[in-house]
Parts: sequence; C-alpha cells; structure tokens
Amino acid sequence: MFIHLITSFIASAGFGVLFNAPKKSLLKCGFVGMVGWFIYIWLVTLDYDAVISSLIAAFTIAVISQIFARMYKTPIIIFSVAGIIPLVPGGLAYDAMRNFVENDYNTAIQLAAKAFMISGAIAVGLVISEVINQIIRKVQFKSKRSY
Amino acid sequence: MENEYSPTIEVIELCLLAGKIMLQGGAETYRVEDTMTRIAASLGIPDSHSYVTPTGIIFSTDGIEPAKLIRISERSTDLYKVTLVNGISRKIGSGELDGKRALARLKEIETADYTFPVYQQVLAASIASGCFLIMFLGQWMDFIPAMIAGGLGFATFIYVHRVVQIKFFSEFIASLFIGILAYVFVKAGIGTELDKIIIGSVMPLVPGLLITNAIRDLMAGHLVSGLSKGAEAFLTAFAIGAGIALVFTF
Repeated sequence: MFIHLITSFIASAGFGVLFNAPKKSLLKCGFVGMVGWFIYIWLVTLDYDAVISSLIAAFTIAVISQIFARMYKTPIIIFSVAGIIPLVPGGLAYDAMRNFVENDYNTAIQLAAKAFMISGAIAVGLVISEVINQIIRKVQFKSKRSY
Repeated sequence: MENEYSPTIEVIELCLLAGKIMLQGGAETYRVEDTMTRIAASLGIPDSHSYVTPTGIIFSTDGIEPAKLIRISERSTDLYKVTLVNGISRKIGSGELDGKRALARLKEIETADYTFPVYQQVLAASIASGCFLIMFLGQWMDFIPAMIAGGLGFATFIYVHRVVQIKFFSEFIASLFIGILAYVFVKAGIGTELDKIIIGSVMPLVPGLLITNAIRDLMAGHLVSGLSKGAEAFLTAFAIGAGIALVFTF
C-alpha cells in the first residue's frame, strides 16, 4: 500500500509537468492524485465494484480540488485533471482493444462496456461534487441575504 | 466620435484574447465564457454574449459594435497560461488592473512560452510510466522497460507532432513505437509482462483531460463543445489503440 501511495503521488505530479501546471502546484497535484488512488485501491481491496470505487474516488478528488482551488485562487482544473489521471481505465481499454484485435469480440465488448462505465462514473463523481458546491454556494447566498 | 468607439472595441479585443489563451491552454468551455463575460462586465459592458466552441470564439456586446470572431486552430494543454489569465481576470474584477495594462499583459502571455523544457517533459513522462506500471500491479522488474518505452514514446509524440501537424497521426506513431519497444524488451528477456509494460507507457498519451472536459461541458449544457471534445478524445483513444493493435497483428 505504501508503494502505491508513493507511485501514485509521483505519477500525478509527473502529469502535472506534462500539462504544464504551475510549478508551485505540482506537489498539490501529486497529493490529490495520491488521495484519489488510495481511496480507489482501498475500496477495491474491500471487494467493492470498480465502478463504485471510481465514483467515490473521483468525488473525493473533486472535493479536494475545489478546496485547493479556493485556498490558492487557481482554476480547479489544475488539480482535478492531474488527480483523475490514475483512475482513467487505461488498462481496461487496452485489454478491450487487444481482444478486438484477436477477434474475441465477446470479451472485448464486455471490457469496453466496463471501461465506458468507469469513465462515466468518474465524470459523474466530478459533476456531483460540483453540484453540491453550487448548492452550498446558493444556500449561503440566500442566508446572507435574509439577514 | 472616434473616442467613444475605441474603448469598447479595446474591451472586446481584450476579452477575445483572454478567451483565446484560455481555450488554447485547455480550459473548460464554461470557464472561458464565464471569464470573458466577467472581464467585459468589470470593464463596463454588462451585457455581453460569448459563444465558445473548441474551434472558435464569437463575442458580441449588446450595441452597435460588430460581433467579433476568433478562429482557434491549435489546441494544447498549458494549465499555467490558464492560471495566469484567470489571475488577470480576477485583478481586473477587483480593479487592480485597467484595460490597457491587462491587454499588454495578455499579449505578453500569449507569445511567451512557459512550457517545461522537452527533456523534463520526457523525464516526467517516463517516470510517470514506470509508476503506472507499479500501480497496475506490475513487477518491479518491468519498471525500467516501462520507463524507457514511456519516455521514448512521448519523445516520439513530441517530435512527430512537430513535423506532422496532425495530432492523431503522431499519437498513432508514438503508440506504435511503444508497442514495438515493449515487444522487443519482452523478447530480449528484459521485461516480463508485455501487457503491463504497454499500459504503463501508453498512459502519458491517454486523453484524460479531454474526456473529463468533454463530459463536464456536456453536463453544463455546452452540447456542441462537449460533443466535439468527446469526438476528439475518441479519435485520440482510437489512434493509440490502433497503434498498439498493429503490433499485435505481427
């Protein structure tokens, strides 16, 4: 597990470099990616489905990114993108592609559907956190107005 | 008469330039539109309309000024520029910067090159590839092959993209190269698991940013940009897959 933490941290920070994130935010990118991957791996080892695990991990990533974006006054996209990268089902998509090439269409379709579900789950996780954020903002706005 | 016209035109130019830099840096569509209308509002044009798609921006103010259009032909990912423009928009909003100085600053940002040097990018890609290999439960023995394949693959991508301006083609070549390298490593006995090495080293090319942006745009109601970004992501994924698949057919 410790190795997972370190590798996911480095991988996410590395992606920060590829996306040319500001140098100051590289460590934070790594941190966001590390937390997301930790939650994903932890849930998967607890025998939860990969789709649910991705959803929860993506949601957590989005929440942390929003907090960071507020704290450092930077666009949220910097943190969320680097954090999301480890969750992207690259392995599954690859397996699907390989089975397609080997004419094993049944397995390929199954794997592709699963990869599609996981990427959908990641997106939904991001959107849910954004919706909650907007609701909180609106409620705050209203309560401030009523005073 | 001339004096009354020029401030508005200047603001329009400022907004378009800000939008252009952000869009080219890979910002989400709603953020680009939001930033443009905010800058316009804080510089005295409350009712402005911006229509942003991945390939062009239309910006118009309610009034007699003509609507202006900017064509975006080249998009990359440069989050640093997005951050800078975001900061400028904040400063304009708080009144720290006036229109003229903001425009000068934006022009500076547009021409400047803030990207990391190529060798650092390649290094980052190769380290990330190695780490992905471990995260996908690969063996430590494959760490070095994945690093080499990932780094060289990314370097190929950058180089081919400079020569041929078609993004999908350079991704195809890069993934083909990664596939061949991984195959050679496994045949030579340096690597053990072909699948894991390829997955790890292909990760730097995967369009993760595009996919998440596409779905967020769709959810935010920017249907045109969402669909076109989704198509771009799909094509990229297909190019990578085709490159790898070609190796397996041998």
